Amino acid sequence: MYVAVKGGERAIGAAHEWLAEERRGDPAVPELSVSQIREQLALAVNRVMAEGSLYDPDLAALAIKQARGDLIEAVFLIRAYRTTLPRFGASEPVETAAMVPDRRISATFKDVPGGQILGPTFDYTHRLLDFKLMAEGEAPQARRAAPRDEPCPHVLSLLDRDGLMEPQAPGEATPPDLTREPLEMPAGRPLRLQALTRGDEGFVLSMAYSTQRGYGRTHAFVGELRIGRVPVEMEIPELGFAVEIGAVELTECETVNQFTGSKSEPPQFTRGYGLVFGQSERKAISMSLVDRALRWEELGEENTGAPAQDAEFVLYHCDNIQATGFLEHIKLPHYVDFQSELELIRRLRAEAMGEREAAE
Amino acid sequence: MSDHAYNFAYLDEQTKRMIRRAILKGIAVPGYQVPFASREMPMPYGWGTGGVQVTAACLTPEDVLKVIDQGADDTTNAVSIRAFFARTAGVATTEATDQASVIQTRHRIPEAALTEGQILVYQVPIPEPLRFLEPRESETRRMHALEDYGLMHVKLYEDIARHGEIATSYAYPVKVEGRYVMDPSPIPKFDNPKLGGMAAIQLFGAGREQRIYALPPYCDVVSLDFEDHPFVASKADHACDLCGSEVSYLDEVIADDRGSRMFCCSDTDYCAGRRAAGHRGRLSPEEVA
Repeated sequence: MYVAVKGGERAIGAAHEWLAEERRGDPAVPELSVSQIREQLALAVNRVMAEGSLYDPDLAALAIKQARGDLIEAVFLIRAYRTTLPRFGASEPVETAAMVPDRRISATFKDVPGGQILGPTFDYTHRLLDFKLMAEGEAPQARRAAPRDEPCPHVLSLLDRDGLMEPQAPGEATPPDLTREPLEMPAGRPLRLQALTRGDEGFVLSMAYSTQRGYGRTHAFVGELRIGRVPVEMEIPELGFAVEIGAVELTECETVNQFTGSKSEPPQFTRGYGLVFGQSERKAISMSLVDRALRWEELGEENTGAPAQDAEFVLYHCDNIQATGFLEHIKLPHYVDFQSELELIRRLRAEAMGEREAAE
Repeated sequence: MSDHAYNFAYLDEQTKRMIRRAILKGIAVPGYQVPFASREMPMPYGWGTGGVQVTAACLTPEDVLKVIDQGADDTTNAVSIRAFFARTAGVATTEATDQASVIQTRHRIPEAALTEGQILVYQVPIPEPLRFLEPRESETRRMHALEDYGLMHVKLYEDIARHGEIATSYAYPVKVEGRYVMDPSPIPKFDNPKLGGMAAIQLFGAGREQRIYALPPYCDVVSLDFEDHPFVASKADHACDLCGSEVSYLDEVIADDRGSRMFCCSDTDYCAGRRAAGHRGRLSPEEVA
């Protein structure tokens, strides 16, 4: 005799207990601390902060621990927490030109004022497993050098001076906020950039890659990629001036894109822009390529129908929290809908079989 | 017992106010999809975040909440959402349809007629009835604005030409007050006739898609059809094996590995109420024993 499924509440409770046990793994192995994750899985922490839209390395590390290393789940934890935070106001725009970079490279010039700084990059490592890391206790020391005491202006500003770069008009004083207003089309560039910087790294990467392979090609050069900390200042109304409230690590990428001109614009270089929390250069470069591809309309370029040119397609599908939620929800019960489909298919099938028999 | 670490019903008051404004606009323009700044909730998109936000904006401490999924109070996600509000709002909860002042539902309308003063909140995955005909939001909003529903009628006509009937069995599109074509959420089309003229307020929340829409009480709602192919609300051609009801929507349950089936009401409260009143079905314990 069928017994209606009861005890959902007990099942949920037991599932949560099992999950907690699995998260901890073998208790004979020492537990990971949040600070270990923050310090030693820093790039995962960066990704969770970027896609979670919340700059807090400790909370991001906690989320990674709680999510058993599932980064999208960790991003989700951060987003859900972020929503509950009160908003005191908006910071002043951060001054990335004043950053003291840990890494700063330009692919368009052999040398630039302020110098090229390789920084802590995987770029020229040979991808050979380092079995020494299986032993514990290492604490490598890098050699030190005094920083060059010279300003580090944006590379693109140098081209700008020659009039070769497209002029960038200052935007609205207060840009719209993607997290407080529904995303409606057409979306202006500030909204597009907000969506991309918190968009899924894999999705934005693939979109950018598609432009390189010819689906909306933009002829991009990395004019400059810089990573470093910048102070965040906020104007306090009671004080009447801006005070420094902290610092964030950012990756900024500006691409220089060849542009032979259109009906409305003269031949010049155009730019794509990427700005992401933490050291996240794959994401920042991807973002700047997709940003540039999405600008086809304002520059009077042809819409070739490439996916990366389609703002609706890119912006409505780049958020991995929305995507994974909707994707995974199909595992929830749908038996009422399925029942109505069963009845429909049975009816259509009976009719079709009846017709076939009548014909024979 | 409510959790005091969070505001009443989880959302902050400013957010609730923003959602209430969207709800009021939705009620003022029945069937129109109002964009709203959906928040990230502590449950995934697709689990009912739109419905949860609408419910949170409607709840008062005196409310009595019922949550159903597939018509049942005891499905896992209904249990989870009910527990969420019991924890964050401390409101009373019930499984009895007539005791509830707010009912959040996924995929069903309760069998018992709702009354004035009740609010029925639907969880909506894709609020746009034209979405699968036209994927672009900018385009579908234009079509609604111009009342350009030709594409939908062509689709329904093509169904009839190919299958002899309209091959949509759930999320069957309706026209509201002679103006907006609306997606009633993925309820079986069996439930469509209950949408119109309902005494309760019906609110629809789509969290991921950031849309709210509404049907005010006693609203005119018509399922799309053709004069020569009128809309038919269908259900499994059986009676409930537990309570004997011949008019309720039924779940088909595979009872063993030899293909035996049983049918029982999808609305668990309705079924339990009938059994308590002495109604019996084919497989009720007395008959089986």
